[in-house]
Amino acid sequence: MNAAGFPLLTLLTFLPLVGAAFILTQRGEEEVVASNARWTALWTSLIVFGLSLILWFKFDKADAGFQFVEQLDWLAEFGVTYHVGVDGISVLFILLSTLLTPLCILASWDSIRMRVREYMVAFLVLETMMVGMFCALDFVVFYVFFEGVLIPMFLIIGVWGHSRRVYASFKFFLYTFLGSVLMLLAILLLWFRAGTTDIPALFDHAIPPSLQTWIFLAFFASFAVKVPMWPFHTWLPDAHVEAPTAGSVILAGVLLKMGAYGFLRFSLPLLPQASADFAPFIYVLSVVAVVYTSLVALAQENMKKLIAYSSVAHMGIVTLGIFTFNVQGLSGALFQMLSHGIVSGALFLCVGVLYDRVHSLEIARYGGVAKIMPAYAVVFMLFTMASVALPGLAGFPGELLVIVAAWKVNPWVAFGAAFGMILGAAYMLFLYRRVAFGKLTKQDLMGLLDMSAREKLVFAPLIILTIWMGVAPQSFLSFFQASVTALVARHEAALGAARLAGM
Amino acid sequence: MNWTLALPELVLALSGLAILGVGVLPSRNTYYACSMAAIGAFLLTAVLVLGAPEGTGFGGQIVSDAFSRFTRLLILLGAAAGIALSLDYNAHEKLDRFEYPVLLVFATLGMMVMVSANDLMSLYIGLELLSLSLYVVAAFNRDNERSAEAGLKYFVLGALASGLLLYGSSLVYGFSGTTNFDRIADALSDPAKASAGVVVGLVFVMAGLAFKVSAVPFHMWTPDVYEGAPTPVTAFFAAAPKVAAIALFARVLGGPFGDLAGQWQQVIIVTSLLSMLLGAFAAIGQENIKRLMAYSSIGHVGYALVGLASASEAGMRGLLVYMAIYLLMNVGAFAVLVAMRRQGRAVERVSDLAGVAKTDLGMAVWMAVFMFSMAGVPPLAGFFGKLFVFKAAIDSGLWTLAIIGVLSSVVSAFYYLRIVKVMFFDEPVGALDARSGATTFVMTASGLFTVLFFLYPAPLVAAAQVAVAAILG
Repeated sequence: MNAAGFPLLTLLTFLPLVGAAFILTQRGEEEVVASNARWTALWTSLIVFGLSLILWFKFDKADAGFQFVEQLDWLAEFGVTYHVGVDGISVLFILLSTLLTPLCILASWDSIRMRVREYMVAFLVLETMMVGMFCALDFVVFYVFFEGVLIPMFLIIGVWGHSRRVYASFKFFLYTFLGSVLMLLAILLLWFRAGTTDIPALFDHAIPPSLQTWIFLAFFASFAVKVPMWPFHTWLPDAHVEAPTAGSVILAGVLLKMGAYGFLRFSLPLLPQASADFAPFIYVLSVVAVVYTSLVALAQENMKKLIAYSSVAHMGIVTLGIFTFNVQGLSGALFQMLSHGIVSGALFLCVGVLYDRVHSLEIARYGGVAKIMPAYAVVFMLFTMASVALPGLAGFPGELLVIVAAWKVNPWVAFGAAFGMILGAAYMLFLYRRVAFGKLTKQDLMGLLDMSAREKLVFAPLIILTIWMGVAPQSFLSFFQASVTALVARHEAALGAARLAGM
Repeated sequence: MNWTLALPELVLALSGLAILGVGVLPSRNTYYACSMAAIGAFLLTAVLVLGAPEGTGFGGQIVSDAFSRFTRLLILLGAAAGIALSLDYNAHEKLDRFEYPVLLVFATLGMMVMVSANDLMSLYIGLELLSLSLYVVAAFNRDNERSAEAGLKYFVLGALASGLLLYGSSLVYGFSGTTNFDRIADALSDPAKASAGVVVGLVFVMAGLAFKVSAVPFHMWTPDVYEGAPTPVTAFFAAAPKVAAIALFARVLGGPFGDLAGQWQQVIIVTSLLSMLLGAFAAIGQENIKRLMAYSSIGHVGYALVGLASASEAGMRGLLVYMAIYLLMNVGAFAVLVAMRRQGRAVERVSDLAGVAKTDLGMAVWMAVFMFSMAGVPPLAGFFGKLFVFKAAIDSGLWTLAIIGVLSSVVSAFYYLRIVKVMFFDEPVGALDARSGATTFVMTASGLFTVLFFLYPAPLVAAAQVAVAAILG
């Protein structure tokens, strides 16, 4: 049995479904049903979050292997088992998912007035899929959850989104679906070659280099779209702009991490040779992503689109870090994933606060907001600073580590990434200046109310985390340490073996 | 002679005759009573199938094994659902005549004979019993031009296909000297010695069967017949007969012609490729939802044939699992189509579903489940069907088939999503009428299966495994 003494991960995965089923049984007057749905969803997600804290306390940071492991027969004829567990790489992403879900539900409390019941069900199902994906230790199980995310997200964008929601939701779905089916083929090929889909078992299975290339490309098709890497990112700005606030938060906070997580979990350990071969290619795409999308972000007139492009840039730093194959790079990438999850999620929430009041995403519609919404201005400022990687806030340690790691590999790559950071500071500060400062000339902005208690409650945990991650990054980095070191050692050993074999 | 081997068929035949006898009594309308009796007969037959002994009987004409048990149960399930779906619809459309359940009982009997056939003769008898019943029910709404056209079209093309099948059978008989599956298998046990005549005969047999499963290039009748026939008839067409014909395909190719796999594999690969592509692309522009489902079913046959093309045990098993899941998804989706009725009139355009999520959330959710499942999105059942057949294809090295297959599933996702979009994203155009209890039941039951299949897939897979072992020996 695992360290928790009960099937913790299964509970975390499927408890939201129980909440969703309960909400679906609600009948009666619309107002009452909506209120019940909100409270049920909130309590379910809070209980899940509470349970997931056990991971934080009971996780053995010195152990590089999988913990809290559960294994059950599932498709016995095929040798596929329901195998779940967490290691240093995945554990914090489960916590990120379980933290962001209740915040999203709270953030949608008043802004979603239509079809509340379905909305809450979609979010709970989404939580199941996210948590399940991060703890899956079997390829088929992983794929089921990885793809399962599409259904609730498609509906969230399409039903509760803005004017071009149909286009955005189709683009989101078809883009990711196309990438994923190619990954499915690679999984089937691995399955055929190795005779198993168990991920820890596959780690010990050497794949011939010629085959690694094809499998890598198939994985790349799926993960690069999901990250998204330049030039596969075009679905993201559309999806972000059209999605409701909470949808954007989950999309930026967790869904983008799935791609990077896929690279870390599968591409690196399973395909060491191909990963090494493709690393220069990934560097180029990452640096282009960082610089190009930052420039694109500078020209945006829409707040959400700007933050969406900044996400592509930040995720470029993540992919860069992953493919440096050293401990700093991987830890930095993981840290950046976490901090981006929190900071960009918070930035979308900040945009949502304005949107709820003015119903516009145009930057030009605002100006001088700081005068009438001082508390909001402070919060927005904090996350803007975190996003531009101000030391002492969450964005800094990850980017620093990745740039140091990239320097070891190639100074020019590090230079590109650092240049992107400067551009990042430019567009974020530009955004902040145009929204928060300047003269308050627009009549309808005069009467805006500052943040309500509920909104403050949503931001409080994110603020604490942002400062905590900036001041004491070690309390998060320590989770990765053992697993990342083991991963790097295994990667080098595999490359060394291949080199020996080639001599 | 061990007549108990065919006990389920005998009982069903007698029940059909009895229902017919009751129906013709000149009293008041017996449609409802006959339908209920037919469902009862299906249930009874299903129980008998479960307890049926195994073996070959009637001079080697009929075989009862795990394969025929598996497929017969699926057929009975599909047929019972077909009758349940027709109850309310036929009453509304003034089609509530007792001949309807009687014809479906005989069609089902034909399918059961088909899948337990062990001889080209019994195969043909079963197939014709099925086809003749289907020609009539396709034109059941005889005062409607489109329905009459559907029946006639189906009859003419179906007769042609039967001709091809017969011609192929006669060639096989002529060159191998027997019509019995076991003896054909013996005669062909050395593929190098198989004469060209047998191969030509085999191709004709395959053409006839491909017509029945509506695989490209023998699919032409499908969209017209699906569109023209009354909706419950279409529901029936898309479910049980398709499963029966695919199962028959698997038995004929896997059993007597198993050693000629090298010959038929290429044909199946091409058929499967074309079916997947046509199913994916042709459905995109369809406005009539029954026509759309017709193309969708052509695509699904393509996926199922991927399993057959693998010519392996895993492939056949994937095929059976695929068809079982397909049957349930399709029955559920057609339950929604049958329930599409506004102010008493049946409607069948995609746009008629607009905004159903606001007026009838339950139905919209189930339909969305079926659509996502048909697109192959996990964790719904349809994904597992695709997973198993594609796994078999990869294991057999059929890369082209697998790659085209997954890509066409992305294309087809587009039109499945369009239906979800119409239901959930668009504004309602007026509420649909309340659904009947039977349609709700069918919808809910198959919906629950589709959603929950992933929790415990093992029993179905294990049953399919046993069934496949029976024909491949």
